[in-house]
Amino acid sequence: MIAIIDLGIGNFSNVAKAVDGKVTSDPYEIEKAEKIVLPGVGSFHAVATELERLRGVLLDRIGEGVPVLGICLGMQVLTEESEEGSGKGLGVIPGRTVKLLGKRLPHIGWNSVSFEKSPPLFEGIDNNSYFYFVHTYRIKVPEELVQASSEHDGEVFPVAIKRDNIYGVQFHPEKSSENGKKLLRNFSRMEV
Amino acid sequence: MLAKRIVVALDIKDRRVVKGVRFENMRDAGDPVELASRYENEGADEIVFLDISASRENRGTIKELARDVSSSLFIPFTVGGGIRTATEARELIRNGADKIFINTAAVERKELVREISDVVGSSNTVVAIDCKFNGRHYEIYSHGGKIPRNMDAIAWAREAQNLGAGELLITSMDADGTENGYDLDLITGMIEKVSIPVIASGGAGTPEHFLEVFQAGADAALGASVFHYGKFSVSDLKKYLERRGIVVRKP
Repeated sequence: MIAIIDLGIGNFSNVAKAVDGKVTSDPYEIEKAEKIVLPGVGSFHAVATELERLRGVLLDRIGEGVPVLGICLGMQVLTEESEEGSGKGLGVIPGRTVKLLGKRLPHIGWNSVSFEKSPPLFEGIDNNSYFYFVHTYRIKVPEELVQASSEHDGEVFPVAIKRDNIYGVQFHPEKSSENGKKLLRNFSRMEV
Repeated sequence: MLAKRIVVALDIKDRRVVKGVRFENMRDAGDPVELASRYENEGADEIVFLDISASRENRGTIKELARDVSSSLFIPFTVGGGIRTATEARELIRNGADKIFINTAAVERKELVREISDVVGSSNTVVAIDCKFNGRHYEIYSHGGKIPRNMDAIAWAREAQNLGAGELLITSMDADGTENGYDLDLITGMIEKVSIPVIASGGAGTPEHFLEVFQAGADAALGASVFHYGKFSVSDLKKYLERRGIVVRKP
């Protein structure tokens, strides 16, 4: 079972549909999950607060090597902290979340995503395909973790990362039509 | 590069789409879920649902609509019409809307913008403004364009941005329904004064109108009847724009 962690504010029924998973915030379900999706809508502080209750079980499972996919704020809370607000991230991705520099913010809409060598999450997806973004903050992490990037107002920033079993994307695959569905399916089919 | 967005608007009354839509082989021409999916397949970048239900009781049905749409739609959608509190906004996001928009209630009590953006996030809070040029400035109208407010649209947009709005949906009532093109002066004036994305609305009649408003700087352009009545399709429009150097998302 793929557990889609319910952090309070968004609704992720279409993620559940795409990966054939289950939306839950129950630690027992998370303990049994084969994979974990961590979506996030709202603010860093609100999501980090919701996360507190599940911090132990999530860190245990990630430590055991269970594949986890953070989406948008769900990826940002994998880092240590954020300029957006107080609260602790999970800290499983070294680095922090900082504000974008662009003149026109939030960065809302469909932007192209580029990568050098097709990462596993992007199998079957063309380089420079469009994905849907809605955010004002972005992660700042070591270069070797970055798998794909995008550009807004002249600033290039990481939009897909991987560290061992930990994956993250800044865009919303669940709102990115066919490309997004492919990416979610790639995650759900990935060998454990 | 960030693509210019084509936004399709659907008017909803009592959970049904009110204006007839042209798609062939529709099982149910009033079903918002099926229509939104059709537009997704055509290449629409976003859907806006405007709830025009008359009674408060029927407004509750917009939550059900958000839930049904979100379980099958894979592009973002925005819901608005009659939202008066942060709790209502949160409920809509909780039921699957990506963004919510507020109009009259924010004009009447500006702090609502801050209250909502604090709860659902600034990026998900859209302020919609209906306005008309009165010879001196663009004057705001509330209650679905019925009541003049003696407020300047551009000044209000700036204030809304400072209160936490993440995006603006700007409708020119002069242009709306004419199919003679967007109000480019309004959109240009707006973009110069704000730093959040602007969705232009009102007046779309031809592909050229979309080209003009994107060249004027709009981040997104909204169309309703041009698409519903089949003057041209979203996919044809995108081909037209791409040939003229506008960055659009290819489906």
